[in-house]
Amino acid sequence: MSETPGEPVATERELTMSRAMVEAISSEMAADEEVFVMGEDVADYGGIFDSTQGLLEEFGRDRVMDVPISETGFIGAGVGAAQAGMRPIVELMFADFFGVAMDQIYNNMAKNTYMSGRSVSVPMVLTTAVGGTYNDAAQHSQTLYGTFAHLPGMKVVVPSNAYDAKGLMHNAIRDDDPVVFMFHKRLMGLGWMPAPEGPKTPVPEDDYTIPFGEADVKREGTDATVVTLGLHVHRAMEAADELVDEGIDTEVIDLRTLVPLDAETVLESVRKTGRLVVVDEDYRSYGVTGEIVARAAEDALADLEAVERVAMPDVPIPYARPLEEEVNPGVEDIAAAVRATR
Amino acid sequence: MPSVTELREIYEEMVTARRYEKRLQEEYLEGKQPAFDISAGPIPGELHLAAGHEASAAGVCQHLRDADTVTAPHRPHHIAISKGVDLNRMTAEIFGRRTGLSKGKGGHMHLFDPDVNFACSGIIAQGCPPAVGAAMAAKKRNTDEVAVAFLGEGAIDQGGFFESLNLASVRNLPVVFVVEDNDWAISMPKERVTDVSNGAQRAEGHDMHGVRVDRDDAVAVYEAAAEAVGRARDGNGPTILEVQVHRRMGHFMGDAEGYRPDEDVEAAEMRDSVERLAADLRKHGVDDDELTAIRDRASARVEEAIEFAKEQPEPDPEEAYEDVFTNPPAGATGGED
Repeated sequence: MSETPGEPVATERELTMSRAMVEAISSEMAADEEVFVMGEDVADYGGIFDSTQGLLEEFGRDRVMDVPISETGFIGAGVGAAQAGMRPIVELMFADFFGVAMDQIYNNMAKNTYMSGRSVSVPMVLTTAVGGTYNDAAQHSQTLYGTFAHLPGMKVVVPSNAYDAKGLMHNAIRDDDPVVFMFHKRLMGLGWMPAPEGPKTPVPEDDYTIPFGEADVKREGTDATVVTLGLHVHRAMEAADELVDEGIDTEVIDLRTLVPLDAETVLESVRKTGRLVVVDEDYRSYGVTGEIVARAAEDALADLEAVERVAMPDVPIPYARPLEEEVNPGVEDIAAAVRATR
Repeated sequence: MPSVTELREIYEEMVTARRYEKRLQEEYLEGKQPAFDISAGPIPGELHLAAGHEASAAGVCQHLRDADTVTAPHRPHHIAISKGVDLNRMTAEIFGRRTGLSKGKGGHMHLFDPDVNFACSGIIAQGCPPAVGAAMAAKKRNTDEVAVAFLGEGAIDQGGFFESLNLASVRNLPVVFVVEDNDWAISMPKERVTDVSNGAQRAEGHDMHGVRVDRDDAVAVYEAAAEAVGRARDGNGPTILEVQVHRRMGHFMGDAEGYRPDEDVEAAEMRDSVERLAADLRKHGVDDDELTAIRDRASARVEEAIEFAKEQPEPDPEEAYEDVFTNPPAGATGGED
């Protein structure tokens, strides 16, 4: 298997994030009979968010399995198959649906390695769609990044673009630990939910991995550090472009994985800029923004001059357009937070 | 057998629901042309329409009172209409307006109207346990109120359903589980994912009653529901009532149904419960003029609701921070900046 970590082969070919994800899954399935996919509507439909598009045709129903609406059953079955040595990729259609199956996720999938003293491992990928911006209301719009990252034992991956999605997915499938792969619906390149500029990128045809725990500095700057992930990487980049006209040079960091967390890249940036803005589409309290600020406070306190958090306020996500736009951090909210650190 | 008056009422509810979904489809798609964008137009977000499902709700709810509880899933409009939910405020909610049932916070999958004890959950089968709870409350208070949980056939594989069955049965609670079998769990045909073709068979393992109405027939639903609701009201325990319905508009708006064979779509079209009931009414001497009058009245009511909704103001952005708690804690919530 060819592999060029960190060094993509030059390519002009652009893929949507969903195509890039599927390409990695397809390649791993072709290489390893133990890899299989199961979830609701993953076969004929190809995943509601195109996350398994075309895999049924390529691998057939035994390896691309539609399953009943029984998340406790099939996610738990994924844990069991993984412990038996297979490498299941299990889709939870919306992260919001974790509630009906959380016991399998956090009491079994996440803990069995530790509880067994590492005599058992759970090489499973739990893929799940996250995020709002399309008025799907409180039960279908959450990211829940903090919830999954908080509970020990799961690696948590949040790609922001096609290139990263492919490399991170290869790594996720090959990883011997459970990986929660959280893809933002708005980034997938769906025909019915237009993506912003950015997530569709050149993607090498060859396999490559992106190691977990390596944040990506999307834009270098000297005046302020914006740390974010997922959809909000693109919003932060837009805010940074806007701030250039005001003479503010913003550094934008895409965390890419929450567990493991690349705190060092964040700290290096904060030591340089002294001003930290953390942007998250998850709830504000007890989440990603608080964690990043705490890391900076613990290890770069002397360099910190100002801190801002931009996140979903602590309300369930409302339906009506003006209400959701109010709570989901926008480009202007990010720009204002950066200005406020000055 | 329902009286002719009841048949007329059932028919009116069904044509209201059918018309409602047709008009919502039109309104939803407006603003999503030429390229479909789920977040654009006067109704954003997902929209799960129930055309073809009307017979179950209309036939069951004919036996219910305002004080009885109904829980509905992500496809709730026809059930809400038959339960007597305020159509104007429900429509305002679907349009995301401040005067909607939930002030624009809930949307179409999360309709709540406590005046008629109607509630939703957009998560599969998760309306079942709250229905059991409403039945528990009715029993504890010695009322003869009942609770009805509506769910799709895909939901009968979900743990929340099984656990509800056991709890309802072991406590002998006045609850009816109405399974609307439209043959499809989004793209997954029932035979691929569910071990029984008759969902009412799930009752056997829980020592409770189960019955299936295997045609799209409101009269047959009415009769089966008379028994199931009556059993609950009389203190004789829960029932699963499965009703064959059909899906005329895809899982959600924008679902191209590429997975669904043409023959299945055509077969569904042929099974029109509204037309079947119209034929029954004609046999009972209700002439076409009267049927037309009922349809016109239903259409007028739907138009009025949509007009009402469109005239309503949108919520102010700041209202997003209200309503998290019934008794908001003093001081900042921590979420506002």
